[in-house]
Amino acid sequence: MNSVILQMAAKYLKWLLLVFAVLALFRGHNQPGGGFIGGLMAGLAIVYRGFAFNAFQVKEELKDRPERYVGLGLFLILVSFIPSMVRNETLMTGVWTALPGWTGGFKIGTPFLFDIGVFFTVIGVTLLFVFSLTQKPNP
Amino acid sequence: MIYLLIVYLIASLSVFILPQWLKKHKAFILTIVQVMAFVYFLVRIPEIPIYAVWKWVPDLWLNLEFILDGLSMVFALLVSGIGALVFLYARPYMKSYEGTDKFFFYLMLFSGAMLGLVLSANLIQLFIFWELTSYLSFFLISFFHEKESARKAALQSLYITGMGGLSLLAGIVVLGSVVGSYSLGVWMDNAEAIRESHLYLPGLLLILAGVVTKSAQFPFHFWLPGAMQAPAPVSSYLHSATMVKAGVFLLARLSPILGGTPEWTHIIPLIGVLTMLTGSYFAITATDLKAILAYTTINALGVLVLLLGINTRESIMAAMLFLFIHAFYKATLFMIAGLIEKKTGTRELAELGGLVKYMPVTFLIALLSLLSMAGLPPLLGFLGKELIYEAKVHSPNIANLVLVLGVTSNIFMVAVSLYFARKVFLGKLKTFKKVPDEMGRAFLIGPGVLAFLSLVLGLSPDNLGDFIIKPAVDTVFMGDVEVKLKLWHGFNQVFYLSLFTIVAGVALFIGMLKRKKLLDVWRKINSIVFSVHFEQVFAWVLEKFVVVATAKTNVVQHGYHRYYLLTIFMFTTILLWVQVFVTRSFIFTMPLKFQPFYITGLAVVIVLVAIASAVSRSRIVTIVAMGVAGYGIALIFLYYSAIDLAITQILVETLTVVMFMAILQRLPKFAVLSSKRTRIRDLLIALSFGGVMTILAFKAVNVNLNRPISSFYLENSYTRAFGENVVNVILVDFRALDTMGEVTVLTLAAVGVYLLLASKKITKP
Repeated sequence: MNSVILQMAAKYLKWLLLVFAVLALFRGHNQPGGGFIGGLMAGLAIVYRGFAFNAFQVKEELKDRPERYVGLGLFLILVSFIPSMVRNETLMTGVWTALPGWTGGFKIGTPFLFDIGVFFTVIGVTLLFVFSLTQKPNP
Repeated sequence: MIYLLIVYLIASLSVFILPQWLKKHKAFILTIVQVMAFVYFLVRIPEIPIYAVWKWVPDLWLNLEFILDGLSMVFALLVSGIGALVFLYARPYMKSYEGTDKFFFYLMLFSGAMLGLVLSANLIQLFIFWELTSYLSFFLISFFHEKESARKAALQSLYITGMGGLSLLAGIVVLGSVVGSYSLGVWMDNAEAIRESHLYLPGLLLILAGVVTKSAQFPFHFWLPGAMQAPAPVSSYLHSATMVKAGVFLLARLSPILGGTPEWTHIIPLIGVLTMLTGSYFAITATDLKAILAYTTINALGVLVLLLGINTRESIMAAMLFLFIHAFYKATLFMIAGLIEKKTGTRELAELGGLVKYMPVTFLIALLSLLSMAGLPPLLGFLGKELIYEAKVHSPNIANLVLVLGVTSNIFMVAVSLYFARKVFLGKLKTFKKVPDEMGRAFLIGPGVLAFLSLVLGLSPDNLGDFIIKPAVDTVFMGDVEVKLKLWHGFNQVFYLSLFTIVAGVALFIGMLKRKKLLDVWRKINSIVFSVHFEQVFAWVLEKFVVVATAKTNVVQHGYHRYYLLTIFMFTTILLWVQVFVTRSFIFTMPLKFQPFYITGLAVVIVLVAIASAVSRSRIVTIVAMGVAGYGIALIFLYYSAIDLAITQILVETLTVVMFMAILQRLPKFAVLSSKRTRIRDLLIALSFGGVMTILAFKAVNVNLNRPISSFYLENSYTRAFGENVVNVILVDFRALDTMGEVTVLTLAAVGVYLLLASKKITKP
């Protein structure tokens, strides 16, 4: 596919979509959204760019191979279990702590970290799927 | 006690990290640890029973429970005491071999595992230590792993004891389900309930299978002679105080709980008698020093199992005493066999003789042990034999048979002992490759101490009886038992039996010596009669097992994706339909409510496009139609205000369409390859699956739980998890484990796709 309009649009839309994805991730705890949705959106943003240009090229541009996102995500998920272990509670019990006052008392906790882990895993999985399917056929 | 085990673990690991100048003395350091453990137990004799518990997973009835009572004391003393002597002996013995670090590591860990086993007061914990000893003995037996026979023997022992271990676990779980606990104390308190439960016999048989394999009982006795491939210190330890005694220990441990029933007093003595006879019979015809000793071990194990099976006061007393006797003489004899092999380079009886000239001290030690094995006065073995005869005479069941077979096997033992001494140490001096000489003191301490103990304890057995045997018998028999060990019992039935045994044994020995032909003929007859060897049968079974497993795998794992899917769908469908019919779930009481026309219209459109996607011959149409159906469903979600669901649905649907588009160009031309019949079959399966899912969906609305789970989430989402979006809170907090599972599955799927598509094509050679 070689459409100039699509390519131009993709250049900016990709960033817009990524911003939306992160927004969906952050607001997920109180409003529709979350790590899974955000991850899918971010994955699609990158895939979209790949379709406008060339999947192989995007893959090259993406210096981090998609597997790494999966690894990072799973790692964050595991890390989010540590606080509950340290506090000797049942594994995966949410541990929350309030941020200092100037942030407006925003609360942060391990489920959020868990959600970020899901976010990265889903991005990685999406990209792995699509890139595997669109790669150059074996000669 | 847990600290003691940790000390063992650290000591075994320390072998690798010791600095160079200490490393030379690693065996000595380990010996000191064993001696310390021995003293630790010894000084606690007046305090027993000691009980200690550490919480582990209380929800699963799992705790680390330790008990040091009379029975564990007997075994703990043997394990640590003989362990110390074995390490002392191993130090010079292993000097000339490579890889001693690993050897001492395994051996130390092994004795730690054995201690853990005998101290366990929780059956699951006991099982873990039980398996540990099996695995570690595998490494010990295969120490000379460059020899094929050693590898084979090690594998064989691992298979057999591993099989028995699994059976033991099953037995523990079965009986544990009766009382709802794996704690020994709870089992003790509910012994009556266990014995009367209908699960008693299956549980007993399963546990017995574990005992029989571990303690090398008939018909699984053959792994023990095979295990003589191990270095001499290992054989000495395995045969005397550890490994094979684990089964005996378990029987004694469970005897107050499971014992005393007709099943117990019939099955177990029978196994014991058969083993006893097998052992002593083959000991006579064996020609390899270590093989002779291995078969006498089998005999001794048979005696122990028999005695525990008889389950009377006398028999248990005899068993506990015999445990010591056997440990003493067997450890000594294996050490001496190792010495002889080292000095002369052979273990064959025919090539040995006259060694007394070079090794007088060794001969003295060996003679004491052999006389103890034969059960001659004034050694400890004589006391044991008297007690055993007494137990057999007074055995409530099958006394005559047991007595006759017992006397026969003891006659064999007398003959074997004398024959061993005569052939190895006396007689004509054979020529050897190198001239043997007396072993250094380092080698002789271990066997010497044990042989000396056999003699001293035989002459004055009071302390042994009062402080060690009595508590053990009390534990097993549950009560205050009078234990009086005496060398001289007076002229009674038992004494005449002993006399007869000795006379007949000596006669047999002279016969074996004078009529050499007789023994050869006997061996020949043996090899014909027993042409079917148990180890060959076992190997055959194993081989056939692999064949069957391969065939099964080929049937089930055929490698056709479509049939995997077919199997999964059909199985699920049938299961669900059966459940639907059994519970009459197709009857609905819910009144149908009409929805707004645009939702109804949407539903109709979804159905139409779904049909279109199935019948269309163009791939583009199919993909677009599926996309429409997906977005339609998302709209329905949206209408019923499931926003998160709708967003996810839209995104996934987009992704699906994108992926389909990506591979569209690569697919071959569309063609109908399947026959009409398969297509109809697939249609039927699809309809059936769809139908049952529809019913399930209806049913889900209709089911009235006591209290809908959704309200719990709604109430607690903000107060306990600080989130207003309930769906998200469920995903990342309440049911985080599920989410993690899903994410893991996703990852696995991605890895699978990646490997399948992205890797270079694997060309078959």
